[in-house]
Amino acid sequence: MFPQKRRTRLMAFAAAGSLLALTAACSSGSGDSDDQANDDGTPSGEITVLTWRTDLVEDGTFDTYVEEFKAKYPEVTDVKVEGLTDYEGEVKTRMNTENYGDVLAIPGSVTPDQLGDFFEPLGTQEEIGAEYQWINDKSFEGQSYGIPVVGNVQGFVYNKRVWEEAGITEFPDTPEAFLEALQAIKDNGVEIAPLYTNYKDGWPLSQWDGWLGAVSADPDWKNKIVESDTPWTEDSDYGVVDGLIYDAVAQGLTEADPTTTNWEESKRLLGTGEVATMVLGSWAIPQMAAAAEAAGASGDDIAYAPTPVKVDGKFHSVAGGDYNLGINVNSQNKATARAWIDWFNHESGFSESQAGLSPIIDGPVPAALTSFVEEVELITLNPAPEGKEALFADIDTASGIVTTDPKFRQKNIDDARSGARTKQQIFDDLNAQWAEGRASVS
Amino acid sequence: MTTAPSGLDDPTTAAAQKSDAARTPHKPRGGAGRGTAWYRRLTPYYFLLIPVGLLLLLTFVPVLNMFWYSATDWDGLDKTKNIVGFDNYVEVFTDPDNVRVFYVSLYYFVASFAQMAIALYFATILSFNTRFRNLWKGILFFPYLINGVAIGLIFLNFLKPGGGIDTILMAAGLESLIQQWTGDPDVANFSLAGVSVWRYMGLNFVMFLGAIQSINSQVYEASELDGANRWHQFRYIILPSIRPIIGLSLILAISGALSVFEVPFVMTGGANGTETFVIRTVWMAFNRNMVGLASAMAVVLLLIVLIVTWIQRRVIPDEEVDLT
Repeated sequence: MFPQKRRTRLMAFAAAGSLLALTAACSSGSGDSDDQANDDGTPSGEITVLTWRTDLVEDGTFDTYVEEFKAKYPEVTDVKVEGLTDYEGEVKTRMNTENYGDVLAIPGSVTPDQLGDFFEPLGTQEEIGAEYQWINDKSFEGQSYGIPVVGNVQGFVYNKRVWEEAGITEFPDTPEAFLEALQAIKDNGVEIAPLYTNYKDGWPLSQWDGWLGAVSADPDWKNKIVESDTPWTEDSDYGVVDGLIYDAVAQGLTEADPTTTNWEESKRLLGTGEVATMVLGSWAIPQMAAAAEAAGASGDDIAYAPTPVKVDGKFHSVAGGDYNLGINVNSQNKATARAWIDWFNHESGFSESQAGLSPIIDGPVPAALTSFVEEVELITLNPAPEGKEALFADIDTASGIVTTDPKFRQKNIDDARSGARTKQQIFDDLNAQWAEGRASVS
Repeated sequence: MTTAPSGLDDPTTAAAQKSDAARTPHKPRGGAGRGTAWYRRLTPYYFLLIPVGLLLLLTFVPVLNMFWYSATDWDGLDKTKNIVGFDNYVEVFTDPDNVRVFYVSLYYFVASFAQMAIALYFATILSFNTRFRNLWKGILFFPYLINGVAIGLIFLNFLKPGGGIDTILMAAGLESLIQQWTGDPDVANFSLAGVSVWRYMGLNFVMFLGAIQSINSQVYEASELDGANRWHQFRYIILPSIRPIIGLSLILAISGALSVFEVPFVMTGGANGTETFVIRTVWMAFNRNMVGLASAMAVVLLLIVLIVTWIQRRVIPDEEVDLT
């Protein structure tokens, strides 16, 4: 038995200790990764990589990557890969501490002017731009903070068999032709719907944003919109996209009950032809093909088509980076982190395995996209002019529309179904909100 | 605990004596009794240290932070937070989209009356001698034990077109009643409120049952002698006895109706006109990246719940029930 005094002192220690442990657990930064890279910059030691591809962590793909990386840089002791299901949300919260890995994909909610607070500059825009494409997004004041892991083209993924059975063999080249094609598929008898919105999961509705810029074939559309009070008109980028969604829903070309859609199931439905079309980036092709095979259908039925608008007799598609990898500004091992990014883009084979374009200039084009790339002119959006990098995001947030979020499209679909607002009323409302946002920002 | 130092002792001397006593371990324990009292009086506070520390760390600090955020324009990430005063609070009440969500709460509020009525009905029946009483109690309470997210998923499949409820209606020959349970904007909120009733009815039921069972059985016997039937017993014995519990349920219903989250969030994500106050708060913080405004909404919700509770304490005082 302890003497009284020692016992009480122990109690106090225990209490203080547990409090300390708690606070330490909440605030421990990168203190545990103090092993630095060698002075000469040779990658060594240990890094942590945060990824949104939990599927690739689970199926062991990342283990292979780590092994190969370690084989190339034998002094690297460990690469810890953390897969995060709610990537955007979790990383954003962790970015309030210093502990958000060494290499991570830059979350979409980081505005360009915040990049420097959280991420290490990788080089000037010119330096990085000489080697990689699509780096403008994550650059600010001439410095580049992120390099995309894979490039996507935008359009829609469809079931070739179903489209051909309905007699459509050519890519529709106007929004009207697109709607007619969907109608023909419906008349031909499609089990669920010619076009599936994935309304319930929400984020697939934001995939329609990939069409923006392809409609007008204008690499500056985004820079012009921040100067305009009416982004939603009959033939503007936003107007065509949101108008098309409205018309398709109003004409009954989408699933009957959008509130019960299911993303995982939708992949199977497209493969088996119960759904004919979904608007998604080209990244979706391998997933759809795999789901088709798993459902006993043919993966070859899954095909990709460009945005149904021709400008000067040509289809266009915006090519752009997927998530961009950046380096935590608080990282203790930046040399190794940088080596991981370069290795990942040059040697991992990730972009090809994802049926995407390589972020390296003149990099390989995957087989699934070769014919697409031949027929469609790819455009890369121009960066925002200096001093206006964050303007779009600021107006977007201030207006309350939040175009990066599917909510406003869900509302449009609700109204298209119930007829509560006409297309013109929706455009007017959105324009009014946008104008208000612009006014409050400037 | 031991005896407190006698009032005659100068406290400082007592403390000095005490620490001396503790420093010399040879001193017999009995002799230390008076001297260690100063320390011993502190003992309960040592025990409190951990729970209070945890409470401060995990509840009060975040809440204070929230108050602070609500006065800023923070986006959840920025290193600098600009103070905007009460602008966020003004926006909470002036943006029509923010006000509209209160209207959705009305569905849940009205549904909670149905919920209490059903719970009261079952509690009364099962307080009498019913066959398989415990089985029924278990069945009725069971939904409350299931995690809210799981319930959302269960009903997502149950209510989807061609799902469980449609199959049942079809088997019963009631095809005409089939709706798009979450797809039809006129029906969606009723469906979700119904799920909410299914989930929370068990809790109300157990609260009512507990209150009813605490009524002295002699009162029933006496009433039977006086010729009271079951309805009379309910109306004049049970209902007055459990009035405080009903009042409490009402408060829980109001604050519950305002803070509905899991079921609609899982089932519709707030789309199709089913957005509730908390769903909008979450959206505001994490999708629109306006943590300041979202914090203000959270503070407003907190205040509303506090006010409702205060009103309840005023209107339905916590009086002792007296049946005689």
